[in-house]
Amino acid sequence: MSTATAAPVWTKVRQQPGALARLFDNKAFLIVVCLLPAVGLLLTFLTYPLGLGVYLAFTDQTIGRRGIWIGIENFEFLAEDPIFWNAVFYSVFYTAVATVGKFALGLWLALLLNQHLPMKSLLRAIILLPWIVPTVLSAIAFWWIYDPQFSIISWMLIELGLRETNVDFINTAWPARWSLIAANIWRGIPFVAISLLAGLQTISPSLYEAALLDGATPWQRFRHITFPMLMPILAIVMTFSIIFTFTDFQLVYSITRGGPVNSTHLMATLAFQRGIPGGQLGEGAAIAVAMIPFLVFATLFSYFALARRKWQQGESND
Amino acid sequence: MAHLITRRTALALGGSALVAGTAGAQIQTQPATPPNLPIERGATLRMLRPVRFVQPDQDVWNANCQRFAQQHGIEVRVDFVGWEDITQQTAVTANTNAGPDIIIGFNAGPHLFAEKIHDMTDVADYLGTKYGGWRPLAQAYGRRQNRWIALPFGASGGPAIWRTSTLREAGFDSVPDDHAGFLRLCQALRRINKPAGFALGNAVGDGNAFAEWLIWSHGGSLTDEQGNVSINSRETINALNYLRELYPTFVQGTLAWGDISNNRAYSAGECHLTQNGVSLYFSMLNDPALRPIAEDTQMTPMPKGLLNAVPNAGLTLNAMVFRHSRFPNAAKALLTYLMEAEQYDPWLQANIGYWSQPLNAYAASATWTRDPKIAVFRDTMNNPFWNGYKGPITEGSVAATADYVLVQMCAAVASGQATPQAAAAEAERRATRYFRRRG
Repeated sequence: MSTATAAPVWTKVRQQPGALARLFDNKAFLIVVCLLPAVGLLLTFLTYPLGLGVYLAFTDQTIGRRGIWIGIENFEFLAEDPIFWNAVFYSVFYTAVATVGKFALGLWLALLLNQHLPMKSLLRAIILLPWIVPTVLSAIAFWWIYDPQFSIISWMLIELGLRETNVDFINTAWPARWSLIAANIWRGIPFVAISLLAGLQTISPSLYEAALLDGATPWQRFRHITFPMLMPILAIVMTFSIIFTFTDFQLVYSITRGGPVNSTHLMATLAFQRGIPGGQLGEGAAIAVAMIPFLVFATLFSYFALARRKWQQGESND
Repeated sequence: MAHLITRRTALALGGSALVAGTAGAQIQTQPATPPNLPIERGATLRMLRPVRFVQPDQDVWNANCQRFAQQHGIEVRVDFVGWEDITQQTAVTANTNAGPDIIIGFNAGPHLFAEKIHDMTDVADYLGTKYGGWRPLAQAYGRRQNRWIALPFGASGGPAIWRTSTLREAGFDSVPDDHAGFLRLCQALRRINKPAGFALGNAVGDGNAFAEWLIWSHGGSLTDEQGNVSINSRETINALNYLRELYPTFVQGTLAWGDISNNRAYSAGECHLTQNGVSLYFSMLNDPALRPIAEDTQMTPMPKGLLNAVPNAGLTLNAMVFRHSRFPNAAKALLTYLMEAEQYDPWLQANIGYWSQPLNAYAASATWTRDPKIAVFRDTMNNPFWNGYKGPITEGSVAATADYVLVQMCAAVASGQATPQAAAAEAERRATRYFRRRG
């Protein structure tokens, strides 16, 4: 008995893969190829415009003429420009007041919507309307509501005999500032309310049941369950809301164009006014660049201050 | 109707008895030699123009261009673009050295791109000689350092527009031509609760028109003849002090007025005296509900104040031919052709008064006799005032106008936010920035 059959000779040698296949097996190459489109898109549509904007801020370019590098001359001028500082003040004031208003009313609305109400879905859909309507449309609506001559609010108050003259909504500085903030709050509430409603619905009912058993008052339940549990989403929503509000343009530009006498210019509207109609591209870019530190600060603040882990978990900070 | 005009009828009738009356008949011409502009073979021209006020404007314009194209066997294409877009499109065209051969822009447009456009002196001299000379506003916007860089095609002015019955009720036959009288009129209108109103908000057209009237009519100016900022002057302070008395007579809310606000307030009977272009009158005339107001309406120049001319800068159509055009002769010949009586007068008439002629001879056009109310616009281009007056037209004068330097100076005083002295100093600070690099 011998090994009758010789061990079969294994002839199939693993074929050397082609150059193309080897190339695609190369991890480094794959990473580059897969990232390239994304990086290309980002460079073309994000980094290049942003970089160009920052570069323009250091030139004296105008519409129609190439600029030369002038260093920080634009910023030096802005530092002494009361109109710019007024825009900085109003941007911060507008963002602060509108954000507080939006969150107070939005949270309240979210808590109401979180109750069991008849036709809940329909109500929620309706709440979203101000957010869905294009800003320019709502801005035009408010433009009419605030019109010095044809305001529906003035008309109603006069018809009801409550006033003799039209309400001064946007004809003097402070009323104009408050009117714009009111319009911004109206527009911003749905975003806050719906986002917070989503957050509210993730809170486990068992927590509330436990609290009820312990005899917690409604305020205690809100303070010690709802609010801490809502903190993470609150931080994110607030970050977004601050960015949207700080960079708002359409409401202000459509309703007051920054008037009366520049009192309601936001940094975004002032940058546009100086850059495009005024033709001073460099200076407009400088104003826009000046917004960046504020945005970074606001983002960091709301993100780190509000998103502290311990606080979220209901503990005190160290 | 007007687009029925063809070359044949125009020739056959010797430029008279056209569809819209008697085009060209009254236009006196002087002998002049047209410049020699041999049209390039197979030329194709592209022209950019602001959109029409009225449909016949576009029809006649297109018909004129097509007739020129047929006569010379070339192609002409006209694109009509929105008013806000013209400046940006001109800038892009000039910076990229590509795009339309001809752009009809506004006001200072050609001055911003003077190195990018062809000299028009030969054409302008010919037209000026033939048609009785260019009017002052045309010279202001068409010329740069004693040569022509553009051909102004017309201007639209902003006179005072008022209700005849209201003025009569207040004891006035018309708007007085002096400051004291004008103030008395506005105070009287306030007393009978049918107030005047002038835009003091960020309104490019109306806001600037009123602020410029106020400053110029008191002898003030943004810059002096050399282009140095001269706004912080005694004349300006006087004007602003006058405004402090005038503003309380206005209808409520003019600090927030945009370009459309006074049209609305006037049409609604909330305001009985304002300053506006001819569009307000025509919009009321064409609306059956507002027709009675249109019939009660009269338009007269704003008060001259201390000056001998009407302090109003008409919005001017200003044509330029770009150096990147491969067919400069054809382009210049086309513009010349459009300014000749056979083409220009029907176009002027088609515009029923929206545009007013830059050449003296066209003052005889039938446009100005059809409706006596629009006769006030006939001499719009006789007013030697432009945005940035009295200095040369530069980037700075354009920017200062677009950034509402004068308007906001006036509004700051009217609202009580600043004293006249402080407001004038602030305007000087802003203007100095814009004029810091004078061309």
